[in-house]
Amino acid sequence: MLGLSGLAGVLLLVEILPYTAVVSADFLPPTHRIAVALGHEIADGGFWSALCDTLVAWAVGLTIAVVAGIVAGIVIGAVPLLRALTASTIEFLRPIPSVALIPLAVLLYGTKIESTLLLVVYASFWQVLIQVLYGVQDVDPVADETARSYGLGAWARVRYVLWPTALPYVMTGVRLAAAVALVLAITAELVIGAPGLGSRIAVAQSSNAVASMYALIVVTGLLGVAINLVARAVERFALSWHQSVRGEVLV
Amino acid sequence: MTRILARLGLALALPAALFAAWWLGTAGSDNFYVPPLRDILIRFPEVWTWDRLRADVLPSLIRLAAGYTVAVLAGVLLGVLVGSGRRVRAVLEPVLEFFRAIPPPVLVPVIMLFAGIGDTMKVVVIAAGCVWPILLNTVEGVRAVDGVLADTCRSYGIAGPSRLWHLVLRSASPQIAAGMRQALSIGIILMVISEMFAASNGLGFTIVQFQRSFAIPDMWSGILLLGLLGLALSVLFRLVESRALAWYHGQRRAQRGPAR
Repeated sequence: MLGLSGLAGVLLLVEILPYTAVVSADFLPPTHRIAVALGHEIADGGFWSALCDTLVAWAVGLTIAVVAGIVAGIVIGAVPLLRALTASTIEFLRPIPSVALIPLAVLLYGTKIESTLLLVVYASFWQVLIQVLYGVQDVDPVADETARSYGLGAWARVRYVLWPTALPYVMTGVRLAAAVALVLAITAELVIGAPGLGSRIAVAQSSNAVASMYALIVVTGLLGVAINLVARAVERFALSWHQSVRGEVLV
Repeated sequence: MTRILARLGLALALPAALFAAWWLGTAGSDNFYVPPLRDILIRFPEVWTWDRLRADVLPSLIRLAAGYTVAVLAGVLLGVLVGSGRRVRAVLEPVLEFFRAIPPPVLVPVIMLFAGIGDTMKVVVIAAGCVWPILLNTVEGVRAVDGVLADTCRSYGIAGPSRLWHLVLRSASPQIAAGMRQALSIGIILMVISEMFAASNGLGFTIVQFQRSFAIPDMWSGILLLGLLGLALSVLFRLVESRALAWYHGQRRAQRGPAR
């Protein structure tokens, strides 16, 4: 309830501010004009196809990054030699800002969806990989040795010992990656001009349609909130057996 | 001695192999967009001379430092305010979550309306994007102050600024550092993006300029420099953090018991 009043307060503030001398209505349109612009956007077919483009780029990029991150993480994490070999390379590649790849993406793919995908996959891959590596390191040695002495093969040990241990970490990685993927998808569209919500914001900005620009930014924020909520729900569902979700267990 | 050598060898083997693969793989490359690594490395010192570093990289870094500092101060200050009051937190939490969920780069067009296209715009963009992770992490950190410590403080009559400094900020500092680490990578992204939009100097501006004039090896050298910059800043951050939070990491190690 209190949270709703906070939201209402912000809406009211944005409605009142443009009428005062603090900010001009040209820069910050009052709430009702943003709402009207949002209504126009929703009625426009171009908006929905832009939203669709953004979501497709987000989903495809995230899926590639998650699958690649999990596979690479488990393989690297399970083999000590590989872990020692790759540690320095991962530490080196991870901090490279994904936006450094923007000029390259433009040259290679122009304004096609592949440019967006390149940035999304690069940025979200590291989030997943790092978490999976932490997760694999967290395997209880006693459980692992028990599995070995019961004669479980390599595959069975990955399936029944390693995977359940790593799953909470994997889910954290996926949640982080989902947020990062949205940021990078919108950024790529905004800067490169690949089709999607980002390029629609860029168009609204250059044609001085300030209210529509704010409306679209609100949409990206809502999208971000929705992705966060879905990711949390998926995490709770996948970890429903885990004590962090089940809560306190009486011993 | 041999163990150190072996570890060094392991650490360097893959980077060396990748470097060699890149070098050999592109050695005879006639693909316009993927020039031989040799050409890129030859261009690197020619492109990034001291003059250019001073004219383009330094302004970028100054803007990043200014925006980041503003974000840290504002984020910690607001975070302490929001985190200390239960009611304030309940009112503001959904609003903050919404603002955090907005992808920071879309702030660039908005802030361009208010602040034009000068240095102020870039500093404000960096600050506005970096402040959210710091703010939200500070709120979490302040909320999670150890109850026993808080009660001890109260019974010893520690209040006001010294309570804030010795109890609240101290116990929230690991969380604040985590937020600052996230904010740093957002800051680098925003530094580059704000310069790609509108600028007359800066690292992002220069790289895009190379790309538009099809100076491909120069562009690659810029990408390399940006990567090195990101790496250097994250190493620097980790050094400062391990110094400042030495007590925390030591405590964690002690709690986990002897190393496995």
